[in-house]
Amino acid sequence: MTEADLIVLGAGPAGMAAACQAAGAGLSVLVLDEQPRAGGQIYRDVARAAALRGRILGSDYTGGQALVAALDHPLIAHLPGAVAWRVDPDGTVAFSRAGVAGMARGRRLLVATGALERPMPVPGWTLPGVMTAGAAQILLKASGVVAGDAVLAGSGPLLYLVAAQMVRAGTPPRALVETQGTTDLLAAARHLPGALAGWRMLAKGGALLRELAGAGVPRFRGASAIAVEGADHATAITFDCGGTRHRIPCSTVLLHHGVVPNTQVTRSLALAHDWDAAQRAFRPVRDGWGRTSLSTVFVAGDGAGIGGAGVAALSGRLAALAIAHDLGRICAGDRDLAARPLRVRRALDLAARPFLDRAFPPFRGALAPDDATIICRCEEVTAGDIRRHAALGTLGPNQAKAFSRAGMGPCQGRFCAASVAEILAALQGTSPGRIGTHRVRAPLKPVTLAEIAALADDLPGPGPGAS
Amino acid sequence: MKTAFRDLAAGGASADASEGARVPVSFEGRALLLRAGANLAAELLVAGVMPFRHTPVSGAPRGPFCMMGACYDCLVRIGGVTQQACMIEVAGGMEIAMPPAGPADGGTDD
Ligand code: FES
Repeated sequence: MTEADLIVLGAGPAGMAAACQAAGAGLSVLVLDEQPRAGGQIYRDVARAAALRGRILGSDYTGGQALVAALDHPLIAHLPGAVAWRVDPDGTVAFSRAGVAGMARGRRLLVATGALERPMPVPGWTLPGVMTAGAAQILLKASGVVAGDAVLAGSGPLLYLVAAQMVRAGTPPRALVETQGTTDLLAAARHLPGALAGWRMLAKGGALLRELAGAGVPRFRGASAIAVEGADHATAITFDCGGTRHRIPCSTVLLHHGVVPNTQVTRSLALAHDWDAAQRAFRPVRDGWGRTSLSTVFVAGDGAGIGGAGVAALSGRLAALAIAHDLGRICAGDRDLAARPLRVRRALDLAARPFLDRAFPPFRGALAPDDATIICRCEEVTAGDIRRHAALGTLGPNQAKAFSRAGMGPCQGRFCAASVAEILAALQGTSPGRIGTHRVRAPLKPVTLAEIAALADDLPGPGPGAS
Repeated sequence: MKTAFRDLAAGGASADASEGARVPVSFEGRALLLRAGANLAAELLVAGVMPFRHTPVSGAPRGPFCMMGACYDCLVRIGGVTQQACMIEVAGGMEIAMPPAGPADGGTDD
């Protein structure tokens, strides 16, 4: 059993910044990260790829190099390729690394597991050739691989960024099919931040759109009824726009309509969560330092509510300051003094959020899919299956899971829990916040019996999710 | 096999030495030369491999969807272990197969 003052789950901007801040205060830090290299998804592989593909990926990406370099600190142990499959309230984490189980205990725990793409169930979304826009970006960052013959569909500034990167890579997408309309933009204008950060963000968005227009990438706005055609592989995307049905042949479809906090770990710990109506997602309840309903567990970064990389790093530092104070390494005065400029910057970085949330709402058609559309990719459960179970008296997501198997596959509901909550909420005329989301139990990721058995003596009995 | 996925380095624009020399692996018996140390799912996509597996429920074809270890649609079988291709780096000699129909267990079933 490895012991540390602080265990950080995730080596994205929040986790890396927190680790550095905590180590700077004299704490021993263990960073467990699933990926083979630090950076998280936003700075994925940045230490290796910045020099090779920095021009295509842009300076927001290459800026992540400093955080990765700072992980090289004598008080920080960074374990890449470590998949945490069980987290206990006492700070014990069981993980696997290349098939070998390990165990560690931290006096404090920081969950910095980032975001997941909001599931976008449309007809045909399980076909080979359909991926998330985030996946296309990861391919480009980590592998220098660009998806050709592609159409991007959904909503959100990430679509513009991915499309622009594809243009720079010499493989422009065939089209950008956007689900948000001009009414969304007009409504969002009310939230236009006076803060400079907001205008900078808008200017960046404008530059990306000019890049796309310059490359001749067709844009469709206010699209609905999106579907992917194909038997064994995607062959075309179809959608309604401007009163007509469009069909664009393509072999790659990249879907995206926002990201949501990855709450697998915080839910497995049975921490309090609430529904963020503006971002249409569940997030762990936390205070201004990131402290959750369990005082020894903190959250930072997109896993605590979507804010982007800048906010994530600042939140990571704030959590580290609170943890250093908890463990007696800094006094309250020093903690608060160091926190003040971080809070100011965080508020600036967050100024554009309400505008973005309103301008790029999730695609309605994917929140309320047709009966025949698969919502649980693993167990191939359709939206109609969930509605039928609901009609028989299934009320909550846990019952829906038990009856339909949605959420029982290896992804553990990562790509269906949000859809189930939306469908049940719509049927009951309420908000997903009232429906809640299903419990998450260890193992958080599939693990072999041999790996569990190897740790049997160290594990402190049934986890919090078991009952 | 034709593929929509293009390796930028192969275009000569940025010869990518850090991602390793090409090493032989096989997918379902088909011989492939992939970059050692590169992401396995990405390399298989460029090599034109699709699908990666068929679902245990309906037998539908699937390939990588999220590329970040969350969706499990990229499952392949290597050395008797079912694992996520997007979370693995290429090593010479890998014998890769589609996983048998049945739930993913992340482990051996013998
Ligand atoms: S592509 Fe989703 S887990 Fe590998």
